[in-house]
Amino acid sequence: MSWEPKIVGFLCNWCSYRGADLAGTSRIHFAPNVKVIRVPCSTRVEPAFVIKAFQSGADGVLILGCHPGDCHYIEGNYKTMRRVPLLKKMLAQFGVEDGRVRLDWVSASEGEKYAAVINDMTEKVRALGPFKLNNGEGQHDKD
Amino acid sequence: MTKIKLALYWASSCGGCEIAQLQIGEKILKLVEVADIVFWPVAIDVKYKDVEAMPEGSIDVCLFNGAIRTSEQEHMAKMLRSKSKILISYGACANLGGIPGLANLYNRDMIFNRAYLETQSTDNEKKIIPQTSYQVPEGTLTLPEFFNTVRSLPQTVSVDYIIPGCPPEEKTTWLALEALIENKLPPKGAVISHNVKAVCDDCPRKKNEKKVKKFYRPFQIIPDPELCLLEQGILCAGVATMGGCGAPCPQANMPCTGCYGPVRGVIDQGVHFLSAAASIIDSTDPEEIEKILDGIADPAGTFYRYSIPESLLRRARIK
Amino acid sequence: MRRITIDPITRLEGHGKIEIFLNDKGEVANTYFQVPELRGFEKFAEGRMADDMPQITQRICGVCPEAHHLASTKALDALYHVDPPEPAKKLRELLYSAFYVTDHTTHFYILGGPDFIMGPDAPVPERNILGVIAKVGLELGGAVIKTRMRNHHIIHMIGGRGVHPVFGLPGGVSKAINEQERKEIEEIAKESVEFAKLSLKVFDSIVLKNKAYVDMIVSDGYTHKTYYMGLVDANNKVNFYDGKVRVVDPTGKEFAKYSPSEYLNHVAEHVEPWSYIKFPFLKKVGWKGFVDGKDSGVFRVAPLARLNAADGMTTPLAQEYYEQFYSALGGKPVHHTLAMHWARLIELLYAAERLLELSRDPDITNPNIRTIPTKTPDEGVGIIEAPRGTLTHHYTTDERGVIKKANLIVATLNNSAAVNMSVDKAARSLIKPGKEITEGLLNRIEMAWRPYDLCLACATHSLDGPSPVTIHVYDSQGNLVRKLGRD
Ligand code: SF4
Ligand code: SF4
Ligand code: SF4
Ligand code: FES
Repeated sequence: MSWEPKIVGFLCNWCSYRGADLAGTSRIHFAPNVKVIRVPCSTRVEPAFVIKAFQSGADGVLILGCHPGDCHYIEGNYKTMRRVPLLKKMLAQFGVEDGRVRLDWVSASEGEKYAAVINDMTEKVRALGPFKLNNGEGQHDKD
Repeated sequence: MTKIKLALYWASSCGGCEIAQLQIGEKILKLVEVADIVFWPVAIDVKYKDVEAMPEGSIDVCLFNGAIRTSEQEHMAKMLRSKSKILISYGACANLGGIPGLANLYNRDMIFNRAYLETQSTDNEKKIIPQTSYQVPEGTLTLPEFFNTVRSLPQTVSVDYIIPGCPPEEKTTWLALEALIENKLPPKGAVISHNVKAVCDDCPRKKNEKKVKKFYRPFQIIPDPELCLLEQGILCAGVATMGGCGAPCPQANMPCTGCYGPVRGVIDQGVHFLSAAASIIDSTDPEEIEKILDGIADPAGTFYRYSIPESLLRRARIK
Repeated sequence: MRRITIDPITRLEGHGKIEIFLNDKGEVANTYFQVPELRGFEKFAEGRMADDMPQITQRICGVCPEAHHLASTKALDALYHVDPPEPAKKLRELLYSAFYVTDHTTHFYILGGPDFIMGPDAPVPERNILGVIAKVGLELGGAVIKTRMRNHHIIHMIGGRGVHPVFGLPGGVSKAINEQERKEIEEIAKESVEFAKLSLKVFDSIVLKNKAYVDMIVSDGYTHKTYYMGLVDANNKVNFYDGKVRVVDPTGKEFAKYSPSEYLNHVAEHVEPWSYIKFPFLKKVGWKGFVDGKDSGVFRVAPLARLNAADGMTTPLAQEYYEQFYSALGGKPVHHTLAMHWARLIELLYAAERLLELSRDPDITNPNIRTIPTKTPDEGVGIIEAPRGTLTHHYTTDERGVIKKANLIVATLNNSAAVNMSVDKAARSLIKPGKEITEGLLNRIEMAWRPYDLCLACATHSLDGPSPVTIHVYDSQGNLVRKLGRD
């Protein structure tokens, strides 16, 4: 069986999650590679979640939130906007390529955009190939 | 009363933890009143095989410092674990991997190539790399092999207590030893420190709302002596680091670099610090944010100064 | 072929192993001084911020973190093209002088000295600090502990932390001192000068007044005619903190004098497949193997080398002892390895006197301690005299100050070829066919490297932490016949 990229998608409940729903109900075609985890707000996605997703075997991690200014909790996605670039910058030092983590904004009405983001990311991660965090080394004896 | 049988051991260490243990000064006399030191390679000539011959659990307490980098160190960690009723991880290298753990951003070959082939002063036309076994005319010489990845002690064996610091401050060392002497050790698993809240809690600098438009290196500004350094744009790990040290670094006008490890309840000190640093950026404009982030040119070395091996990431992926 | 292994060498701040091979006749065929560790600092420095280097590189060694901290800080001054204000330089040197007092005291009384003070045939249980105290008196023993503690206090006060100080910045130091602190330092300095004088007196009565000792010091088995290296000031006087590196040839003539930025023209490092440490040599003479003399690029560093490479000391009492040293040992240069203990005490006195001078400097409490760098960083070299020898840090960065390349030539490393030779020579002069290899004899061999005050935590900056050394002796069939130290 040929390898298929596995992507974990953290989707904000108030916007992107509904955007995804819309894409589904509108029968817009998008890649089946994203495993969706619903979060109450993009800011709920702590950097540790991203790393844990990789640890659990993800080849890419996608975070989708409400457009800037539209966050249900007002400041939430601004925090995400500051945190994710810094995390990406640091992950690069650990050998995690730029395309494996993506932050984007998708509203409840943007089914088309949702599909486009998913398809684009799936292809980018496919091009990067399978991912193994820390070369599978340095693991705890315990795990 | 029978004396406590105490062992002290160093693995991949700089020796600073030994110096710190000696720094308790006269109190050491109080210690030897109640404890017999049964193994201490740096100062006492007890042979490894004597330790190997000791029955399981015959050492009451072992203080172990240094990270795990070679098979020999791993062997010693496992042996001392089985011989000791209480195994204490002493210092950042043992607890977290420490500064030598920064080597996990590279691998063994890269380290060797740099040391023996590339360094500017190396004169090595024949491209000689030290070998674990080498035939000289008179016989075979051997060198130990070392792991590709530095590990912490808790990643190697289970430990009962952690004494934080690089090295632990005198008072932290004494807190642990005193508890030991008075038989008042906390429940197993504890980090022994005067303050399990953040270093900020120890720090006398005034704290206000933290919002910055630019990050500075400590040498780029003369910081206000009264104000929190992080508020002044200097990346201070105090917010994400366990206290108890008394915050000597911020009091010397230098940021905390995180040697006491994560605050209680946090597993990954680096991302905790990273989140704190990101949250103080005063901007909602992606481009401006990028520009402000240019001020953090080495996030890995800043956020995980002492803790790469013990982090969720553990090491870099080398293709 | 018989083989003797010394592993790990006790009371040595780091890991090490010495292998001695004997031939069919039972004579020494060859000796190998091996260091089994490497930590990779030169590699993982890459990608770090240059200005984090003083705090990162000092984790090479917890015995001499001050040396790495300051060599690194000086490399940053050069990297950022910034000249720190005088009070900052003085505070750095003041801390460094206090450090020298503690370090030389530790070495003489606790690590390398005990064998020497107690004599090689003293029973093992006496060859340590406790034996020394029994011999020199409890009062001096107390002074040893006090001197160490009080000078550590100075380090803490100025450096911000006791072990692993944090005060070094490109362009200065992070913190000034006040009048009250200055007064305290002055008191400690006065006591330290007295302590150093007393130590030299003890040395005089135990060692110099004893012909057997003096004969051993000047014996051929402990002598090597090599080049010597040390940092000197503008008048060619010994300086630990700053100056130019001066190299003298085996006859004592100046061979080279260079600024830190020129070090690559003068020093290169040789690699052997059987040790993780490298062997530095003088580039202009070349690597000729483990041999001494004018045609071999092997040079030595540390106390004896520093005195040999300079024309004297800047402080009055140390200068007196300097002169006495050379008149007693037959003029410059002195090639006797064991004289290093004496040289170390003269340096102890110099460090204490310098500490006192600096504590009385009216500028020392001046709060002007920072020059903020404004130039773009590119490349910088910093050299300092660590207690164990000339220490070089060299960084190349991008315009943000991120390290692209780091090269470190660590103090102890400079002596690695010489240590190998010294052990070989001592072994050759002591191990003779038919003669039993006793504990005392192996200890006499150990005495050949003790003076170097090896710090293998440092030497291995580049695998692992310190842990003491072993000697193995092998016969011509490769059987292990004697072993000293731990296994
Ligand atoms: S924790 Fe710090 S002081 Fe202790 S051995 Fe490691 S680097 Fe040295
Ligand atoms: S961030 Fe640093 S300077 Fe600010 S209060 Fe915390 S420890 Fe002190
Ligand atoms: S302030 Fe930070 S770096 Fe300094 S001793 Fe405390 S925990 Fe360690
Ligand atoms: S609620 Fe959607 S990002 Fe905050």
